[in-house]
Amino acid sequence: MSVAEQTTGAGTQGSTFGSLQMRQVSRWYGKTAALTDLDLELAHGEFVALLGPSGCGKSTALACLAGLQPLTTGSIWRDGKRIDSLPADKRGFGMVFQSYALFPHLTVARNVEFGLSMRKVPRAERRRRAQAALDLVQLADHAGKLPSQLSGGQQQRVAIARALAIDPEIVLMDEPLSNLDAALRIEMRTEIKRLYQERELSVLYVTHDQEEALSLATRLVVLRGGRLEQSGTPEQVYTQPASAYVAGFMGYRNMISARVEQVESDPRRVCVVAGDLWLQGTADPAAGLRAGSEVMVAIRPEDIVPGRAGVNDVPALAEVVEYHGRELAVRARTERGVVLHFRTEKPVAAGARVTLGAPEERVLVFPAEGRAEVPDDAHG
Amino acid sequence: MTTADIAAGPPPRTRRERPTLTAVITWVAAGCFVAVILGVLASVVVQSFATTWRGGWWPAGLTATWYGRAWSSTGMSQALANTAQAGVAVVVIALLAGVPAGYLLARRAFPGRSVVMLLMLLPIILPPMTYAVQLAALMYRVGLGGSMTAVVLVNLVPTLPLVVLIMVPFVEQISPEVENAARVFGANNLRLFSRVLVPLLLPGMLAAGILVLVRTLGAFELTFFVSAADTQTLVVALFGAISDPGGVPGPLTAAMAVTYMLVAVLGLAVSLRFVTPSQAIRQRHR
Amino acid sequence: MTLTAEPGTPATTAPPRPPQPLRHRLAERGVDWTLLLILPAVLIIGALFVYPFLYGLSISFQPLEGGDPLANYTDFFGDPYLRDSIWKTLRLAVPVAVLSVAAAAPLAFRMRRDFPGRRIVTLVVLLPLTFGSVLIAQGMTQVFSPTGWTNLLLTSLGVPQQQFIYNYTGTFIATTLVSIPFAFVMLMGFFGGIDRSIEDAAATLGASRAARFWRIIMPLAVPGLITAFTLCLVEAFAVFPSAILVGQPDNATHVLTLPIYQAASQRSDYPAAAAIAVVMTVLELVILGVLMLLRNRLYRGPATGGKG
Repeated sequence: MSVAEQTTGAGTQGSTFGSLQMRQVSRWYGKTAALTDLDLELAHGEFVALLGPSGCGKSTALACLAGLQPLTTGSIWRDGKRIDSLPADKRGFGMVFQSYALFPHLTVARNVEFGLSMRKVPRAERRRRAQAALDLVQLADHAGKLPSQLSGGQQQRVAIARALAIDPEIVLMDEPLSNLDAALRIEMRTEIKRLYQERELSVLYVTHDQEEALSLATRLVVLRGGRLEQSGTPEQVYTQPASAYVAGFMGYRNMISARVEQVESDPRRVCVVAGDLWLQGTADPAAGLRAGSEVMVAIRPEDIVPGRAGVNDVPALAEVVEYHGRELAVRARTERGVVLHFRTEKPVAAGARVTLGAPEERVLVFPAEGRAEVPDDAHG
Repeated sequence: MTTADIAAGPPPRTRRERPTLTAVITWVAAGCFVAVILGVLASVVVQSFATTWRGGWWPAGLTATWYGRAWSSTGMSQALANTAQAGVAVVVIALLAGVPAGYLLARRAFPGRSVVMLLMLLPIILPPMTYAVQLAALMYRVGLGGSMTAVVLVNLVPTLPLVVLIMVPFVEQISPEVENAARVFGANNLRLFSRVLVPLLLPGMLAAGILVLVRTLGAFELTFFVSAADTQTLVVALFGAISDPGGVPGPLTAAMAVTYMLVAVLGLAVSLRFVTPSQAIRQRHR
Repeated sequence: MTLTAEPGTPATTAPPRPPQPLRHRLAERGVDWTLLLILPAVLIIGALFVYPFLYGLSISFQPLEGGDPLANYTDFFGDPYLRDSIWKTLRLAVPVAVLSVAAAAPLAFRMRRDFPGRRIVTLVVLLPLTFGSVLIAQGMTQVFSPTGWTNLLLTSLGVPQQQFIYNYTGTFIATTLVSIPFAFVMLMGFFGGIDRSIEDAAATLGASRAARFWRIIMPLAVPGLITAFTLCLVEAFAVFPSAILVGQPDNATHVLTLPIYQAASQRSDYPAAAAIAVVMTVLELVILGVLMLLRNRLYRGPATGGKG
């Protein structure tokens, strides 16, 4: 490991990585802003997932951090040193690209050695470390092949090995799994988590897949239109989304437009109406909701309980029933046409009458906003 | 620059890369090249308006009469008409024969496909001078020598393969599933072609057609050997005027050249809008 | 069963099952009526390209005066003036091709990135291709004449007057002016085909700009450079109008195309012209073959690093 520390970029010599910060970073393409005043921190040992739909600026943020794109305004700091003017080749980050970006004319071994030879590591040492990196991703047998002779998953593992071979303290990953098929993606996800734990890496990981983000990250950062929308642990973001936008991204499949009927003495408790649906819900007092406010109600399918729950009960008709193995996913409709998705382990047939309820604290009420901005692909 | 310097300084608005020596050399060389090209073209324009211009920075006097003379005395109107006629005919025939061939080469594997591909490549790779004379001899042998038909036919040789090679990537970019979908929904061959393929391939056909037109306009060698005085195109007439030792006055040939340039620039300007197939496809799908 | 089956009809052994109809068997191999779509193009190229080549080859062995069928070839190779045109062509074409690729490559390389004025620069560089060498030659007679703009500029800088046209230099300049854009267009395609993220990856691994260029870009671009060089060479090898208009056609720029032109247009001796054209074609094909063989020995896989 010490070799890497001696030979990584000039700006990082001798220091052990503590934290990486983006401060008020903006990036403009002509007249459109890809990033606006973004503050972002990656501390030692963290696995931060930058989450958002395509076009939210997450890849731009990564490219700015890596030095592949210039900032329009703002600064990037590493352990108190400003690094935004350093070219990419002096920053010493490991990076994994969405398209893998393997060097097509070099063998797998040469690809992995590339970063080491740039650091003038002696040949024998280079061989040894490339071999170790390939062992790590279980590709040692393929060292002599060209990238085009490997499958997609193998190419991705080579890309990871190449990034790790230089013993980087910070690894940047730009949607590394998005080109893989579903089964391989889950396998590689576990692999990335293993490498993160074994090598004590600090990772900044860009993805549009909330499941990937939740399962990998120690901290989630949700971006929206180039701005930071919410930051927190996976659990925080999952159970307490800061906005209807984040909720839509976090698997709150029931997003219902409603109106506030009454705010109780405890401003967290609000009563909302949508058609024949009368719901007791929970809102952030800071949102300043009043009777008559237009709101968006977010409920996860898992939080809707069939059978009389005592609160928020409403009769509905099961319309579509999908078998998901251990449980059923059901789409139901109330008499006045409000559609509700829920999950249940009890048998329900299409056309059956059910009574649905949801605990008050799991009915989240947000100020209404343009629903169009909630990404389509967010419903897992 | 060290990181410490930067930390103290004001936030840079954009990070600019320091120009390297190679970059400077490249841009200077490119500048020289562009200057020579523009100089060469400008001199033709200036000369066409000169009373006389034997040398020096600027001609002695300016006049526009050469254009009138060029029009009336050198058979330029005839050459212009020939050029237009040949251009249109070549474009139409090349597209009619080339588009279906390109489609088939892109979509199908059949015995002899690689031979056909080679046949289409060779006329583009080999310069016209390798076959111009033989082709002319053949044209004279079958009694077409000097005719407009011959001019059109010889110009098909490099341009038809051009259409084919432009169309192949174009067709490949259209998913075969689109065609399958049209078939499943009941389109017969004719409908498939007219309602689905032609609209999708239109940008490619446009690009190919314009390139063929520009190419025919500038094709010198092929037309030169096969055309007669009354069937020559502009560029051949221009060569005749320049190489005529009897002395067509410089400004007169310059006036012809400027006319030719105007026609060609029009072609290039339009073709640049369509020139890369991928671009044209993207424009459509936006 | 005979060995002289119809072309396209697979010779079959006695089938154990009732044979599929011929139509099915052909369709299996991709032969059906839609193949007719290709017929017009193949017929046109066959009649106007392949056949003229064969026709030219055959008349080249039928000299106008009759007698020795090889007379046209022995005349060409026996006459030092004619024979030397091969050497004069090479002396012109090789430097032109080298200079064209050397000048066009750095420019095309920088054209990968968007910058203000990119379209204008592209347009100006492409002008010579559109206008052709006849027009370039026309303009050169003025710009490069002893009292033209170039010499006026040089003398004002204290450089003695140069003779730029009606000699080797004139044809060289004219050919290069058309050849550079030709190389430029091809190389733009090759460099554009190199995935940007490959360079980005090299940068994050610590490769400086120079290292990225020599270790990544160049190895990926070499096949393209060879192709561009080959096609420039082949094109410059057939230089014709500028050898007459701004060259010294009877001496320094007596290139291979000139005896063809003189035989065909001035003496109407098509057999002799065809013979020289055959010689030129063979030389062109040799150049093409050798350089393409060289290219194929190098890496020529994809220039992208994975999916996407």
